[in-house]
Amino acid sequence: MTPETLEGTPVELDAEGFFLRPEQWTRDMADAIARENGIAELTDRHWTVIDFMRTTYLDTGSAPSIRSLGKLSGVPIKELYGLFPKGPAKLAAKIAGIPKPRGCI
Amino acid sequence: MSRRIVILGGGTGGTLAANRLRRVCGADVEIIVVDRDDRHVYQPGLLFVPFGLAEPEEIVRSRRAQLHDGVDFRLAEVEHVDAPASTVHLAGGETIAYDVLVVASGAALLPEETEGLGGAGWGQEVFTFFELESATALAAALAELDRGRLVVNPVDMPIKCPVAPLEFCFLADWYLRERGVRDAVQITYVTSLDAAFTKPVASAHLAGLLAAKGIALETEFATGQVDGAQGRLVSYDDREVPFDLLVSIPLHGGPAHVGRSPGLGDELGFVATDPHTLQARVAPNVFALGDATNLPTSKAGSVTHFEGDTLVANIAHHLAGEPLEPSFDGHSNCFIETGFHKALLIDFNYDVEPLPGRFPEPHLGPLALLKESRMNHMAKLAFQWMYWHVLLPGRDLPGISPQLQLAGKDLSQLPTLQGGPR
Ligand SMILES: Cc1cc2nc3c(=O)[nH]c(=O)nc-3n(C[C@H](O)[C@H](O)[C@H](O)COP(=O)(O)OP(=O)(O)OC[C@H]3O[C@@H](n4cnc5c(N)ncnc54)[C@H](O)[C@@H]3O)c2cc1C
Repeated sequence: MTPETLEGTPVELDAEGFFLRPEQWTRDMADAIARENGIAELTDRHWTVIDFMRTTYLDTGSAPSIRSLGKLSGVPIKELYGLFPKGPAKLAAKIAGIPKPRGCI
Repeated sequence: MSRRIVILGGGTGGTLAANRLRRVCGADVEIIVVDRDDRHVYQPGLLFVPFGLAEPEEIVRSRRAQLHDGVDFRLAEVEHVDAPASTVHLAGGETIAYDVLVVASGAALLPEETEGLGGAGWGQEVFTFFELESATALAAALAELDRGRLVVNPVDMPIKCPVAPLEFCFLADWYLRERGVRDAVQITYVTSLDAAFTKPVASAHLAGLLAAKGIALETEFATGQVDGAQGRLVSYDDREVPFDLLVSIPLHGGPAHVGRSPGLGDELGFVATDPHTLQARVAPNVFALGDATNLPTSKAGSVTHFEGDTLVANIAHHLAGEPLEPSFDGHSNCFIETGFHKALLIDFNYDVEPLPGRFPEPHLGPLALLKESRMNHMAKLAFQWMYWHVLLPGRDLPGISPQLQLAGKDLSQLPTLQGGPR
């Protein structure tokens, strides 16, 4: 665990930078995390995905996979890769302030 | 009054559940198994078909013949389930009413969800060994492969038997070496995961084996397109992997009828199921087991078998108006064929990942966990007999508990026991 400060508030992150306590996250922090991960500005399309990730996690206790995102978030998989380069599910989870998605078997 | 249990699917789970229920339930319970065909394929045998180690006809038997007396078999396509009305609708318009429903309809292969897969090159340069026809055609293509690039690509998880594509790589290495052409063929394993397998300790072992056998590993590759004409895989983030022969494991989804049944499935069409009782979320008189469920454990015959215990006990409880037992722990047990007459064995559950040790007798074995041995290979081969004669009839495997046992495992390799073992 790495204790860190985001936007002036202390937060608990895991070794890879995922939130351990989603309640510590604020929308302002999302911009900072996005910039750190090479996304200059969060657009409405980014926010569609981020909000969807966060709501799903808070409702169900687990983050959606890329396939689920593609089916349910309204953003097709190809576009997800454009918005969140490399691993959209992981990067969106990081920005949405939720724990690292557990890979399915 | 007589009560009726309807089981959808006469594969591994449907057959063993029907036979166990027949033993446990009294004569006033009617049991009906519905399947669309009468060809029961021993799916673990599909791995061997491309290498000429199993003949297609050896691994297929009649479904009906595996069901005990007193179980009715209905040859029909399931259209959908109306859970509020407790009825199953069959193609053609007929309906069957049930008191208890068991969904054991397996997973469906969805090549059509990946651009290009099933199109150009299918059956020429592109195959899958996850169904019999393509596995048979692949045998002919492999026999002719004497140089170039062989690529093995599970498009994304979940898939049946998540280790099967790795086993395919190991066997291909052995097979090409036997044929004296291994040096001229490059083998690459391309996965959407960030490692060779989903669980860290086993991943490290498997990555080591890949490296030792000279098999390249390409990770975090999300296949967006299979371009059979040009012989290349293209990822969503525009990376490319060229191939001369592609062995693809298509996306899996739940059985199509689940998607057509309101409230029964999740977004991928798998039955939303309680992970410990196996009751479906949709209604108290609906249960599910095997590949058709959305449970976070392997889609494997061994898992389906262990689930059988909990399922049958809980159906009996449900019929008696008693509370259900949350006894299923996600237990999974898979042999991993590694070529050269050796295999590895992994044993894990929802909470404890595969660890080194001995199995099934703590410290004695005779099987070794996460370690290659000839004994493991012999056990894997013997399993085919066990499948038809012990597992499908619904008997217990001697010495093997439905719940994971920690005794005999090297727990020091475990960074943290996530969630705590039972
Ligand atoms: C290549 C390969 C290797 C494997 N190796 C292993 C291994 O080594 N060890 C292991 O434990 N597991 C292995 N497995 C996995 C194992 O075979 C499956 O997990 C197991 O068969 C699951 O059983 P099931 O009853 O859920 O589904 P299945 O056995 O697939 O049965 C589902 C049944 O439902 C029927 N059905 C589906 N939809 C309908 C419908 N609409 N109407 C009527 N009928 C329908 C189908 O016809 C089928 O008979 C392997 C699988 C593959 C593909």
